[in-house]
Parts: sequence; C-alpha cells; structure tokens
Amino acid sequence: MTEMVEKSVARTATDTAAARLKRRYAAERRFKAYGIVAIALALGFLATLLITVFSNGATAFVQTEMRLDVTFDASEMGLGDDRSPDALAGANYLAVVKNAIYARFPEVEGRSARRELAAMLSNGADITLRDLVQDDPSVIGTTRPVWMIASDDVDMAIKGHIPRTPGTDGARLSDQQLGWLEALEQSGAVELKFNTLLFTTGDSREPELAGLWGAIVGSFFSLSITLMVCFPLGVATAVYLEEFAPKNRWTDLIEVNINNLAAVPSVVFGLLGLAIFLNFFGMPRSAPLVGGLVLALISLPTIIIAGRAALKAVPPSIREAAMGLGASRLQVVTDHVLPLAMPGILTGTILGMAHALGETAPLLMIGMVAFIVDIPGSPFDPAAVLPVQVYLWADSPERAFVERTSAAIIVLLFFLAAMNLAAILLRKKFERRW
Amino acid sequence: MSLALSLPETDSRLAKVTARDVNVHYAEKHALKHVDLDIRSNEVTALIGPSGCGKSTFLRCVNRMNDMIENCRVTGLLTLDGDDVYDRKIDVVQLRARVGMVFQKPNPFPKSIYDNVAYGPRIHGMARDQGELDEIVMTSLERAGLLAEVKDRLLEAGTGLSGGQQQRLCIARAIAVAPEVILMDEPCSALDPIATAKVEELIDELRENFTIVIVTHSMQQAARVSQRTAFFHLGELVEVGDTEQIFTNPQHPLTQGYITGRFG
Ligand SMILES: Nc1ncnc2c1ncn2[C@@H]1O[C@H](COP(=O)(O)OP(=O)(O)OP(=O)(O)O)[C@@H](O)[C@H]1O
Ligand SMILES: [Mg+2]
Repeated sequence: MTEMVEKSVARTATDTAAARLKRRYAAERRFKAYGIVAIALALGFLATLLITVFSNGATAFVQTEMRLDVTFDASEMGLGDDRSPDALAGANYLAVVKNAIYARFPEVEGRSARRELAAMLSNGADITLRDLVQDDPSVIGTTRPVWMIASDDVDMAIKGHIPRTPGTDGARLSDQQLGWLEALEQSGAVELKFNTLLFTTGDSREPELAGLWGAIVGSFFSLSITLMVCFPLGVATAVYLEEFAPKNRWTDLIEVNINNLAAVPSVVFGLLGLAIFLNFFGMPRSAPLVGGLVLALISLPTIIIAGRAALKAVPPSIREAAMGLGASRLQVVTDHVLPLAMPGILTGTILGMAHALGETAPLLMIGMVAFIVDIPGSPFDPAAVLPVQVYLWADSPERAFVERTSAAIIVLLFFLAAMNLAAILLRKKFERRW
Repeated sequence: MSLALSLPETDSRLAKVTARDVNVHYAEKHALKHVDLDIRSNEVTALIGPSGCGKSTFLRCVNRMNDMIENCRVTGLLTLDGDDVYDRKIDVVQLRARVGMVFQKPNPFPKSIYDNVAYGPRIHGMARDQGELDEIVMTSLERAGLLAEVKDRLLEAGTGLSGGQQQRLCIARAIAVAPEVILMDEPCSALDPIATAKVEELIDELRENFTIVIVTHSMQQAARVSQRTAFFHLGELVEVGDTEQIFTNPQHPLTQGYITGRFG
C-alpha cells in the first residue's frame, strides 16, 4: 500500500521534471530562434544596402568614349609655328574636336544641328587632345583616331539609364542625336572604358568630368590632422585619468563630462568649430585644417574612452610586479601598461578615425560644402571630403550624378572597410607577440 | 631554547626591519592594530594567521605597496636599517629596490624570460654593459634554481612557463635587483608539492644573503623554512618567537588553537 503511494509520488516527480525539462529546451530553442532572426534581419538590411549601392554605382567606374579621326591642324588650333609649352597649353583644341565630329558626319549642316552634334561630346573632350599634344607635339599636322569622352547624356543612354527609343518621354537626346549615336556604335566607335577621371580630378559641374580625387586628398589631409591632434591628446588623457589622477570629485566630474561629450551630436561640434576656429582664430574656411580639428574634437572622447578601457584591462598584477621592482609610476606605464594596452588603444583610434571619415554635418558647418574643383595641395587649401562629396553629388539633378553618388559611396565604404581591416590586423599583430 | 627565550624581543642590533605601534586603516576598517615586530637579518620570518587577519597588509607596509591603495592609511613607525620607511624624504622607488616582493600569484611580465629578469637591473642602471646584464640575469636564474630548465629558451615568453617555473622566475626577477629584504606573500599557494619543495629549498639558500619575510597558510611550510614565526589574529600580533618555540610551546591559547588546527 505505502509502496504504491510512494511509486505514484515518484512518478509525478519525474513527470513534472520532464515537463520542466521540456519547457527549458523550448525556451532555449525560442531564444536561439530570436537570435537567428535578428542576425538574418541585420544581414538582410546590410545586403540590401550594399546591393543597391553597388548596382547603382558599379557603372560609374566605366565611362563612354567615342573614337573620332582627329586632324591636328596647326592653323585651326591657332598655333602657327609656335611650339612652346605655353602656346601648346593655350591652343584652341575645341575647334579641332568640333571639326573631328563634323568630319565624321559631313551630311549634317546648319548651326543648330551642328551644335547638337558637338553636344554629344563632353565639354572636356578637348582636354584629352591637349594632353595628347603636350605629351607629343609631333602629332600636330597629322590625322589620327582618338578616344574622347562622350557627354553625360550619351553616357547614360549607352549604359541604359535613359531611354533610347526616339520620342519617348525623358529621352534627353534628340532623335537626330540618337541616330548619330546608333551610327557611331555600329562602326565600333563607341566603347565603355575605365573611368580614370573619377580617380584623378576634382569636382566638376559636368558629371562625366567630375572626380573624387580632390575629396580623397581632402579627406586624407583632414584625417591626418585629426590623427595628429587626437591620438597624442587622447592617449595622454586616458593615461593620466587612469594611472595618475587622484580619484576625487573633480576627476569624477571630468570623467562624466568626457562620457557626455561622446554623446553630443556632431553638428554641435561643427558649430563650436565655426565659432572658435573660424570666427575667433580666423582660420581659413573650407580647409582640411579646420575640418581635421573639428573631427578631432568629435573623436577625442571615443579615443579617451577606448584608451581607458584598454588601460583598465591590463591586469593589476603587472603593475604590482613592476612597482615591486622599484619602477617609478611613469616607468610602470611606459614599460608595461601602455604596450599591453596599445592594441586596444589603436583599435579604438582607428574606429574613431573611421567614424570621423564618415562625418558630414559638422563639416557643412565650417563651410566644407563649397564647390571646389582644384585638388588641395595642403591642409590650408579649400577642399571637399568624401562624405560631403557624396552629399553634394546626391543633390545634383543630372542622372549621371546618381550613379556617381553611389560610386562615391562605394569608395567611401572601401576606405572604411580598409581602416577596419587595419584595426583587425594591428590587433592580431600585437596579440601574436605572446 | 632557554637562551632563545631569554633574548629580549626587541633586540634592535639584529633587526633589519622594525615595526612600532603600526596601525593600518582601510577607510573605516582597522586592519592592523598596534603591531610591534622585529624582523631579523638573514633569517626567514614566517607570518601566519587566519584569513583576513592582516598578514598581507603588514607585508605591504614594509615596501609601501599600500601607497597604491586609495583609502589606505598607515600610522606608527616602520624602519628599515633604522630609517623611517614612511619618512617624506624616503624615495619609494629606492625603497622598493631595497625591499623586493614576490606575490601570491606568479605575475611574470608578458616579455621574454630574459627581459623579465633584466628589467629590474635595467631600470636601476645596475649593469654597465650587456655582458654585465647577462651575468646578472644568469646568476639570478641560477640562484632561483631555474637556469637549467630555461637556459635554451631565454628569449621565449615568461608567461609560457609552468606555474612553478613562473613563480621561480618571479623570485629570480626579485633577487636580480639585489634587494636586502624579500617579502613573499604566499609564494607557494598556486604550486604543486614538487614546485613548493623547490621554492622552499630556494628560500633556505637565499637566507644567507637576504632577509626574508614569508606569509603562509601552511603550518608545515612555516615550520620547515622559517627561523621565526609571528602569529596574527584579527589585525593584532598575538605572538612572535622562534619557530621551534611557537610550534612546540606556544604561549598564547589563540596560537595554540591555530597551530593545532582548532580554528582558522
Ligand atoms: N584594499 C583594501 N580595501 C579595504 N579593505 C581591505 C583591503 N585590503 C585588505 N582589506 C581588509 O583588511 C583586512 C586584512 O586583509 P589582509 O589582506 O591583510 O589579510 P590576510 O591576512 O593577508 O588574509 P589572507 O590570508 O586571506 O590573504 C581584511 O579584513 C580585509 O578585508
Ligand atoms: Mg593575504
């Protein structure tokens, strides 16, 4: 009798235990599922972003060019017998370009028709010829085939971004122009070639002539200034606060403020830069110098916080060991703590730099949004930076700037990825030592 | 034995380190209360007592490692060779070069074995050239009984050694700066019996040239390696005397209870 009761009690016990076990497994499975869904969503968003950007921007890395037989006629170029570099630089290449395309379609007559014909070539086509002649003046007087940049509308039509059927809405090319393009294409005189201008020139109103090099150089100068300012400052601050400062109300206050600074919207730093660097110190507008200083203000808190975390992570036993041997506080820091914290500090710095590379709003505040064609030669020259270039191009109405915007984003993402990779490699390199 | 007992407790002729009415507070906590203790030259003094009684605290007073702790306050008189350790004029860095320390957990630097030992001599400018430095490193490793095991891999990481080897490396590192006193805080607590035996043997040899203070939880170890033993309880120094006397004929009931394992 008692035995039976005991048995049933035991059974219910195992039953509830089994039920609990089942619930626990179910809970774990659910939790895992949530995690997988979250990751899948995040990856999905990332993939959408990358696919959109790349599908929009990939075509910007090639550019439509047209081959025409160009006659380098000295008198048309207004050269005479003069072959001095100055004369070559100032010669009238536009006339030569126009003559070349008129010669290709001799049947076209009348001013407006001829203007339409010439409009199929880029405004910058003459620069190709100038470079050619400057490289080798002996071409003057000869006729030879030359690949020249097509206008952005032709480029867009070839890439299929605007319709090519005559008479459709939104066709930016006239029926005549479409006909000429057809003829050129059939004779193999139209080709997509690698867009070197994108990586060699500054900004331009003409999409086919606009390049990123000015912005890349501007970003490089800005980030160099940022790095030079905020790495030493950030590391020194982190080391002082973590290793030397007494723990009292003042240092607590400073700590809280640094943490708050990291959360201040970056536009505010832009305003600060405008007030202090431009208005008070009278530094040049639109210059990477000021941009770099403002970006340094923005990434300083990040670097300090990352640096302190890295210093904190160094085991106290190492400090005690060095102290116990009679190392001074400074020696403890420079010989042991700092080298051990360096990978963490460097990673934090690079991530801070990557963040600074993508900052736009504060730079708009200090006038880095100007239209600048020249490649900056120093941090004091006006310059654009990559994210601002993206912003400027995204604002331009031409269809060709849409793909260039995406191309600029790709370049920006490439640099960001490279910097993150550098952070990982640095980490690995330092870690592998022991 | 009767001779040992008749010696006055405060024989300052023999004392390397003396503590007079030393009190330590951690904020509100009174961790060490009115401690009077002499540590004699070329002897091993063992500090024993239950956990939390202030052994480490006392040890860390001697080389002022407590300075690093934010709210720690030390009062009373502590002298090394008659000089007040807490005097304003004393340079802590120099003091720590004279009073070395070996910690409970082996804590080699994440550098090569060679650099671990060479670090102290380097910062104190003890070697005029590379040859002298090599000499110091080799003799230190030799005396720590580690040379035979590591001489082929001096440039490998010190952190790659076994626990016992690491602890002996730490001892080599401590003796490389030629301190006068070596403080050891439970140096064998992380070691197996064989490594412990090696370290104990080493301590016995080191006694010739150094004054050693060792904190230990092992009665056997205290009995084996030390000449004098001090028993702490709740921050107070209960009894100090020759090791043999403490273990065979403790004067205080607390001491007796502790060494016979009735508490602690
Ligand atoms: N940094 C500190 N801050 C506050 N209190 C401390 C600190 N270090 C030690 N104490 C306290 O002081 C007392 C003595 O500590 P101590 O470390 O000297 O003990 P111990 O005898 O070495 O113990 P154990 O044998 O466990 O190492 C303990 O009650 C401890 O809680
Ligand atoms: Mg202790």
